[in-house]
Amino acid sequence: MGDTAAIDETFKRLQSHKGVLGVIVANADGIAIRTTFDNELTVQYAALVTHFTVKSRSVVRKLDPENELKFLRIRSKKHEIMIAPEFERNCEYYLILVQDQAMGV
Amino acid sequence: MVSPGGKMREKKGTKTRKPKGEPELPQEYVPPPLPLPGDDFAMPVREVVKPDNQLQLSEAELNDEVAKMLTANNPTAPRNVARYNVKERAYKFEPMVEQTITHYAADGWLLHRGADEARRQIDMDKMEQEAASKHQSDADRSLDRRDDGDEAPDDSRQLRNQFNFSDRAAQTINYPLKDRETFTEPPPTRTIQGSCTQWGIYDEYIKDLERQRVEEQLKSKGGRAKTQERQGQKHQEEGGQRKPDNPMQNPLLGQAAHILDRMANQNMFEEIAMDFKYWEDASDAVRPKEGSLLPLWKFGSDKARRRQVTSLCWNPLYNDMFAVGYGSYDFLKQASGLVNIYSLKNPSHPEFAYSTESGVMCLHFHPGTLLLDQACCRGDLCTHCLRKSTPPLGMFGPHCKMDQAHCLWALWGTHCLWKSTLPLGIFGPHCLWTRRSAAGALWGTPPLRIFEPDYLWTRLTAHAASKERNVWSGYTAGPSITQLGCRPVQGPNAGCRNSGTIKQAFWVGTEEGSIHKCSKAYSSQYLSSYQAHSLAVYSVKWNCIHHKTFLSASADWLVKLWDANQPRKPILTFDFKDAVGDIAWAPYSATVFAAVTDDGKVHVYDLYEDKLMPMCAQKVVKKAKLTKIVFNPKWPIILVGDDKGVVTSLKLSPNLRKQPKIQPGQKETLEQLEWAKLDHVIDVACRSDPEAMKEQAAAAAKAS
Repeated sequence: MGDTAAIDETFKRLQSHKGVLGVIVANADGIAIRTTFDNELTVQYAALVTHFTVKSRSVVRKLDPENELKFLRIRSKKHEIMIAPEFERNCEYYLILVQDQAMGV
Repeated sequence: MVSPGGKMREKKGTKTRKPKGEPELPQEYVPPPLPLPGDDFAMPVREVVKPDNQLQLSEAELNDEVAKMLTANNPTAPRNVARYNVKERAYKFEPMVEQTITHYAADGWLLHRGADEARRQIDMDKMEQEAASKHQSDADRSLDRRDDGDEAPDDSRQLRNQFNFSDRAAQTINYPLKDRETFTEPPPTRTIQGSCTQWGIYDEYIKDLERQRVEEQLKSKGGRAKTQERQGQKHQEEGGQRKPDNPMQNPLLGQAAHILDRMANQNMFEEIAMDFKYWEDASDAVRPKEGSLLPLWKFGSDKARRRQVTSLCWNPLYNDMFAVGYGSYDFLKQASGLVNIYSLKNPSHPEFAYSTESGVMCLHFHPGTLLLDQACCRGDLCTHCLRKSTPPLGMFGPHCKMDQAHCLWALWGTHCLWKSTLPLGIFGPHCLWTRRSAAGALWGTPPLRIFEPDYLWTRLTAHAASKERNVWSGYTAGPSITQLGCRPVQGPNAGCRNSGTIKQAFWVGTEEGSIHKCSKAYSSQYLSSYQAHSLAVYSVKWNCIHHKTFLSASADWLVKLWDANQPRKPILTFDFKDAVGDIAWAPYSATVFAAVTDDGKVHVYDLYEDKLMPMCAQKVVKKAKLTKIVFNPKWPIILVGDDKGVVTSLKLSPNLRKQPKIQPGQKETLEQLEWAKLDHVIDVACRSDPEAMKEQAAAAAKAS
């Protein structure tokens, strides 16, 4: 078991950064465990991003089965979605951060 | 029969009938008076009913005689029926046509008595009558019997099946067939889809290999080990079957969050990151003797706000990681200390942070590891391993009766011998415990074991124990050491004749302003003393490339460049018009150094370019004294710490990091060129000073 307090602290810090719109932790089924968005956005982000990430992982692993997807960064006109997935058997999760880079700068 | 169709209809009846709405009958007809009731013999009333549409005929017409004739011909029969005559093979008219028309036909049911059918019918009637009379007589008889013996008449007897009859009581129950239907909830269905991919198969194979390996291990071990293994396996299986962990408790999540933190920071400080990497001051090309400093990130935290930056240290392993020690230079007002380890990748928050009981005075990374030594104001020395954020690996304090007056000012070149994760021992040939107290005794460490309580301390300079009493009451008989400089061991000229003594030697700056050359081998006296400054020496720094020169900085506004062999007089003196907090040589050049002063300015000199004026003197903080400065060993940036607890990073413009270019075919290395550069500077400086020239010549003669 990790140090939950340290993780919590990191999360608080993440949210306090300039331009960060929200953070979501979604489990393997795309269900948000922790979020700072409102309900509707959370569901949308969690479901869509999870699908996308699984697809992306498939790309990486199809090219080389020993490879693994570690990080995913979607840069759009308005936002940047950063995804740190973990596909370990017992602890699959997706950590999603949405940042408005225009606000950050 | 052919009916000609009468025009009159006559109806006989006893009742007079007048259809409703019927026009009045003709006046000439007068109905006879109604017969009296009960007169059975009266003549029947004759009534003539005329239909409405009856043709009204005049008298003449009525009298006219109409002849009616009966014929045997059917008027509606066709007269021209033609049939195909097969014999003559032609259609021929039928000569004879059926003339009969049946208007009404009814079959009668009367039979003639004498006919066979009638006779048969009479016989049947007779038989039926006989059977009925017989039944009646039986019923009568049983009725009589019931009257006698109270028995119910069994009238079902006649209907019984006498061949295959079973009593009702003897019958088994015949359940009638029933249909019964219910609707259940539809069973839950789930659409499961999957795709088999190459990497999925690969994963399964890897898992299977792992399982086989474990099984083989189990087989190879016997007896007790087996049971233990089995238990272990059981645990493993449980582990395999258990439900997914809560991701929030997953240590991997912490790492991922950390990475996201850095990414968010990168986005936040994107411009600065770009500046750091790519921006060069274009004006440098126009003004060759001037440089500039571009402020990059600022590192500060709430905890560090009221503390002074007392030390800065880059990690030798990771070029973007550095440690900041916080404490206080006011030794009468000491508070707790703090160590923050930052990365350039995350300027907004330290990667690690430690609090210490007393203020931190000095930090040093072990080369090649993530071990951090920290020296505290009280004289404690701790070692932290940055891979684990938990308590320090080792803590040392001077063994003798030392109080809070003991201050550890400097650490240099501690080396660590590693076995697994715990250090076996710290070999700190240059570890010095200095005393700010009366005597200023110097303590060094011979090879020292961390975890043994009885470490040995060798006293380097002997001073009377009686003088070690009162620190603050003015008994400062011996020097209070503030700074410590050691020659870097590596380098082209390190292995010279007296390399043994060089390794043993170290230079200490004192609060009284003098600098002493000491040696571990001769602990009873200083090898030589430099009367350097009139106020406390804040920094003694050796040149990174040229191993014969060092700089000293002091509170008396001066920075002096020294040749190690000439203790009498400095080669060069620089006046900064304010107390100099710290100096640092650039790692890339032998002639570049930077100094920070109390007025918040950073001065960068390139002696090769200009000995008198700084290339750059730039104010980087408002209302704060700068206390520390370090160069990054790789990137062209410097870190500057101030007494408000903020560390500023600055980028050096191209003019501040000029290096000689190696011509193709040139044999000298970059270091040798740099060395030659500083030699040239020293040469020029000495020529302007005849006394120094003489001294140098004498020293050279002595050496030869």
